[in-house]
Amino acid sequence: MSYIAIIGQFFIGFFAASGRLSLFTFHGLSAVFVPPLYPRIILQQVMRIGYYSLPVVALTSFFTGGVLALQIYYGGNQFNSESIVASIVALGITRELGPVLAGLMVAGRVSAAIAAEIGTMRVTEQIDALTTLSTDPFKYLVAPRLIAATICMPILAFVADVIGIFGGYSVGTQSLGFNSAIYVQKTYNFLELGDITSGLIKAAAFGFIIALLGCYHGYNSSGGAQGVGRATTNAVVSASILILAANYLMTSLLFAS
Amino acid sequence: MINIKNIEKSFGTKKVLRGVSLNIEKGQSVVIIGGSGSGKSVLLKNILGLMTPDKGEIIIDGRNTVGLSRRARADIDARIGMLFQNGALFDSLTIWQNVAFADIQSRGISQDEARAIARDALERVELSEDVLDLYPASLSGGMHKRVGLARAIAAKPDIIFFDEPTTGLDPIMTDVINHLIVDCVKDLGATTMTITHDMTSVRAIADVTAFLYEGQFIWTGTQDELEHNDNPYLRQFMEGLPEGPIRVEGATA
Repeated sequence: MSYIAIIGQFFIGFFAASGRLSLFTFHGLSAVFVPPLYPRIILQQVMRIGYYSLPVVALTSFFTGGVLALQIYYGGNQFNSESIVASIVALGITRELGPVLAGLMVAGRVSAAIAAEIGTMRVTEQIDALTTLSTDPFKYLVAPRLIAATICMPILAFVADVIGIFGGYSVGTQSLGFNSAIYVQKTYNFLELGDITSGLIKAAAFGFIIALLGCYHGYNSSGGAQGVGRATTNAVVSASILILAANYLMTSLLFAS
Repeated sequence: MINIKNIEKSFGTKKVLRGVSLNIEKGQSVVIIGGSGSGKSVLLKNILGLMTPDKGEIIIDGRNTVGLSRRARADIDARIGMLFQNGALFDSLTIWQNVAFADIQSRGISQDEARAIARDALERVELSEDVLDLYPASLSGGMHKRVGLARAIAAKPDIIFFDEPTTGLDPIMTDVINHLIVDCVKDLGATTMTITHDMTSVRAIADVTAFLYEGQFIWTGTQDELEHNDNPYLRQFMEGLPEGPIRVEGATA
């Protein structure tokens, strides 16, 4: 009986949480598409989410591109490796590693920051104050973050693509002794527009997930400082898991066709 | 003006409000007192529409506000000012943006106009314009409350709620805040409801006092009646005695 109760409790909890998140998403999307919007706050969030994430995304993708080049070189056939390394680095970075790593890094940085900020506003009654001052918290807090993250993530993923490929190129030419012109030409030959756009589409979805879960956990936080800490952790963990799950789903949809 | 009829609110199995009724006349200053956990803040949140009661009606100017969406009650919200317990100032905004927030959002006024509104409201709470460009994090507790009060009165509301306006302040600042509340309310001619457990505030602010105990009003009366009451619960509360009919929350039997 107790086993059945535990299993039942798990499923009820899971569906209740899914329902709450779905309702929150619906309210968030309604706030995005129904005016008024707050352009000044959206710009502020673009700076916080996009601009300030550039260094972490750039560093991560540079080293990932470099490591990828090394692994392919040492792990594979070292004859004719120039063409294989260049093509796999380019495809791996643009299709998967660029958007996913950028997504995970931004999830760690931004989702946590959003959850902590909105969570603190919740426990210090600032969200109640917004409501009593005739301002919809979804429009003022949630919508600008959803818009900014969805716009910024494809740009960050594109930056990750360029710098990741450059990382592979740097290691290839400086450490593995590849010819620079041949490496660039092989990268160019193998890369198709679809490889880049599929990654950018995924990145937009990851941006939405990052902001949504940061806002959701922050908005529903309770219990003082401990509650805000819990909200921050939950935001990062759930955003990371959902990014990986969405990545699988979107890859199967985008590349099946 | 505000008519609360038989409000009930529970959280799980815990009944916090058990049929609360209260009538607040126009221009009246009503103070609700009661111990921690007696349901004061829950009642206030229900009136503000931040919570929905399980049962009962909250009638403001003839309109039942229970269950109304924010949009449907926008005209009522525009007439309400609220001072939160810890000020609830927006950390990311400067003091002038905080104080003129309602006007900036609802009327889209210019920066100069907003600063002028903020300067005027700050003057009413005896704060100089030096604080206009500061952020809330750089203010002391007393200044926080005063800025919160300035924000509550900036849009010249005709109903103002005060949630524990003097909690955490020293006796001198408590007196300052109490007098500012009385002066501001007198200037605006507003109807007010204050939640507190500070008897100094009650004596300074209240026209009518209502005592909330275990989710029900068990005593209501004027200042004179308050001083001469013989309700054992209220007397124990006023005198701050640990012994008496009021059970201390969380105490062992």
